[in-house]
Amino acid sequence: MTITEKPQQQYKVIGTRPIRHDGLEKVTGRAVYGADVKFPGLLWGAVLRSPHAHARIKKLDVSKAAKMPGVFAVMTGADLVDLESKLVDMGEEIDNLAYTTKKLMADDKVVYKGHPVAAVAAVDLNTAQEALKLIAVAYEPLPVVLTVEEAMAPGAPLVLDDLVGEHLTGEARNTNIAKHTRYEFGDTAKGFARAAVTVERTFKLTMVHQGYIEPQNATAQWNQDGKLTVWTSTQGAFNVRDAVASILKMPESNIRVIPLEIGGGFGGKIPIYLEPVAAVLARKAGRPVKLVMDRKSVFEATGPTPGGTIRVKVGADSAGNITAAEADLRYEAGAYPGSPVGAGAQCIFAPYRLPNSRIDAYDVVVNKPKTAAYRAPGATQAAFAMESVVDEVAERLGIDPLEFRLRNASREGDRRADGPIFPRIGNVQVLQAAKRSAQWNAPLGAPSAPHKKRGRGVANGFWFNGGMKSSCNLAVNKDGTVAMVEGSVDIGGTRASIAMQAAEVLGIPAEDVHPTVGDTDTVGQTDVTGGSRTTFATGYAAYLAATNVVKQMMGRAAKLWEIDESGIEFKDGTFFSKSDPELRLTFKQVAEKLDETGGPLSATGTVNMRGAGGAFSTQIADVEVDTETGKVDVLRWTVVQDVGKAIHPAYVEGQMQGGAAQGIGWALNEEYFWDDKGNMHNSSFLDYRMPTALDLPKIETVLVEVPNPNHPYGVRGVGEAPIVAPVAAIANALRDALGTRFTETPMKPSRVLAAIKGGTLDGAATAASSNGASRRGRR
Amino acid sequence: MTTEPRSVNVRLTVNGTPREAAVPVYRTLVDLLRYDLGLTGTKEACGVGVCGACTVVVNGNLTASCITLAFKADGATVETVEGMARDGELHPLQASFIEHGGFQCGACTPGQLVAAKALLDSNPEPTEDEVRRWMSGNLCRCTGYAQILDAIVKATAAREA
Ligand code: FES
Ligand code: FES
Repeated sequence: MTITEKPQQQYKVIGTRPIRHDGLEKVTGRAVYGADVKFPGLLWGAVLRSPHAHARIKKLDVSKAAKMPGVFAVMTGADLVDLESKLVDMGEEIDNLAYTTKKLMADDKVVYKGHPVAAVAAVDLNTAQEALKLIAVAYEPLPVVLTVEEAMAPGAPLVLDDLVGEHLTGEARNTNIAKHTRYEFGDTAKGFARAAVTVERTFKLTMVHQGYIEPQNATAQWNQDGKLTVWTSTQGAFNVRDAVASILKMPESNIRVIPLEIGGGFGGKIPIYLEPVAAVLARKAGRPVKLVMDRKSVFEATGPTPGGTIRVKVGADSAGNITAAEADLRYEAGAYPGSPVGAGAQCIFAPYRLPNSRIDAYDVVVNKPKTAAYRAPGATQAAFAMESVVDEVAERLGIDPLEFRLRNASREGDRRADGPIFPRIGNVQVLQAAKRSAQWNAPLGAPSAPHKKRGRGVANGFWFNGGMKSSCNLAVNKDGTVAMVEGSVDIGGTRASIAMQAAEVLGIPAEDVHPTVGDTDTVGQTDVTGGSRTTFATGYAAYLAATNVVKQMMGRAAKLWEIDESGIEFKDGTFFSKSDPELRLTFKQVAEKLDETGGPLSATGTVNMRGAGGAFSTQIADVEVDTETGKVDVLRWTVVQDVGKAIHPAYVEGQMQGGAAQGIGWALNEEYFWDDKGNMHNSSFLDYRMPTALDLPKIETVLVEVPNPNHPYGVRGVGEAPIVAPVAAIANALRDALGTRFTETPMKPSRVLAAIKGGTLDGAATAASSNGASRRGRR
Repeated sequence: MTTEPRSVNVRLTVNGTPREAAVPVYRTLVDLLRYDLGLTGTKEACGVGVCGACTVVVNGNLTASCITLAFKADGATVETVEGMARDGELHPLQASFIEHGGFQCGACTPGQLVAAKALLDSNPEPTEDEVRRWMSGNLCRCTGYAQILDAIVKATAAREA
């Protein structure tokens, strides 16, 4: 269902559902993904990884491996030059180059289990893996810190000896707190003093992984002239190019990064892991080298999203107006600084208009893999805490949870708690649409068995969405079709959503625009496919290029008609003379005459976008709990989201369903299961359980269209916002079903069962106030 | 010295064509298909037989090719995603996946298609619930499954029509 704020302009292509340009290749198995590339003389690489979460490397001897028949190259951290401390923007995360080389390969210390220590290139994978066994490493294990509490405790072992923390008091040494940020507005003490109800709770989360189906891979080949080509599965070819250039200390123009089809990323394929390793091995071996991660390495040594601890306190007066809110977020960065706690802090209170607020955010290093972006990075954790507390405040006041959210909803012109003033946003419209949705107005129904209980929960979530740099080239073919090369890797149908925007301008069918994802030598700088920015920013670049094409085509028509360009208009794909109704030519007809009117015609659109439209996504969860096993079944689910303008509604719905599905998995099952030495015990899809088709209902979607004024078609990003609310929505549904408030993820059967029996997983009595499940008037 | 264990000759019929390769005994079927025969449509994602990305049909049975040794497929008939389109015509499932957006990144798609085809081959008119159960062996991280199941159900309707 789509709810449009007000009647909009009629479009020919925008809002329709053409098929994907890359569909055929993807259903026939012909699409080439990173691991599929093959070259003559290709070697296989393998990486030796640390078995310890924290240890000093006393000795590292690769000589035996290097001598093994079939081995062509061996590398260690010594092959990577140390880089000076310099911050680089990787798209959705800021990276410090000082740690870049150490992350790729340890120097004298390993700081998480799975940390690369050495790598080998050999004739085949088996030989490379055998060679790894010949590498002698002597480790001196060091004490590990695995939680934010351990890491922040006085006298805690240091994860990074040289870390300089940015604290409120200035630079700090001998710390695991990489950064402490505070946002303060008004006076929270005064606000809480006015509150009739105040709820304060602490929430704990554990790491989860993006779980993209295709593991990381990279292939590198050098030319005799010192030029390097890299084929890889990445969300941003240019970011890979620039990072490899700085690591290998070579000009970026000597590197060509060719992004192949990408089997999912969700933020996890923004950082680089294998590309520089493949490049160094290939240089040493004098042959192309390919590296492909196995799933265990993907779990242990790529970037999950952080666990951590979040405390939230919210007060409201008896009329149901929030008077003050406080949050304290402590996120595990992993072994190097840079968790998404900043984004969590900026999003946590975004759905609310707050007179007084205070937010503290701590980025904390621990002996776990360095975290990476995961779909609205940092916001899901924050929303779990905030939306649970908000629900409890509403419950205590006896106000319907959607009504309470509406009463306190942030609107255009309101100040977000971290400072920015909201531009046009659809928060209120989304909440109202949720109230009107089929699910919210349907009865929950009786449980399917006497030992089962049902509950309904709702939660709201916010994500900013991104802008940044994008490029798009268009070239008109003489048959009236248009070849398009755009810089954004297509992770889920953006070739189509970008091509459609060009087609709309050109007045031709979407099928007549033929999109190709460019590489770093064929299209202008384009930032990552991330931050829900692609349809917005690269789509805008396509719009600009197409507008330029129309202008040039007008000149060609003028030439044909021997009249002045100013006398020509373009509408619905047809050029016509303003004065002579006889003079009409379609886009295709002008294209056929390109040779006679001056030859080839092409145009480029480039943008560095600001003004992305933030998105709100409210979700409704109906669950049924088996009180004998603790298993939670999701019966029904609705995602209501402000999408600005849905360019391709089916793909927007797909993003909303996919995001909600990941959030449901996060809520109910997914977790990194650690022992006290920092070993992950479930690093396979066998034991890290992601939702299957049986675990999810058919997720319903309501598209609310509040156009973003900063885009010609009103596009906001859509990909990330839908993962923000689900964890909280499930927690709120469980509260409704069981009368218990869950404050830890995942809400897996063992935890739910323990709560039903009146305790917690560790055997302690439950602290959750359970004054009976909320019974709202409407049921 | 060589670390290369004994290699074996594997002859099999893949998508109707006789193929042959000499491979080490430890070679998995997915690697044989991908790297010895160049059929990279079949993907490997978990390596432990739970995600369905590497699904192929061996002698009529759905098989996780990542946990099947290549030499076990000696003499077998193997069908992969590359063999689904016949005589230049897409299989109705392939057409339906395109039509109904049955994928986003496409990495799980070959496995989904091969599994769905096996379902329709044995049960041409499955109920939606049967489709959901059957497809629960194929993980997809992008879609939340709605549009995949939709594409499969609609492909059965298209067949009947
Ligand atoms: S790769 Fe074979 S089942 Fe996952
Ligand atoms: S479409 Fe990406 S995993 Fe299924």
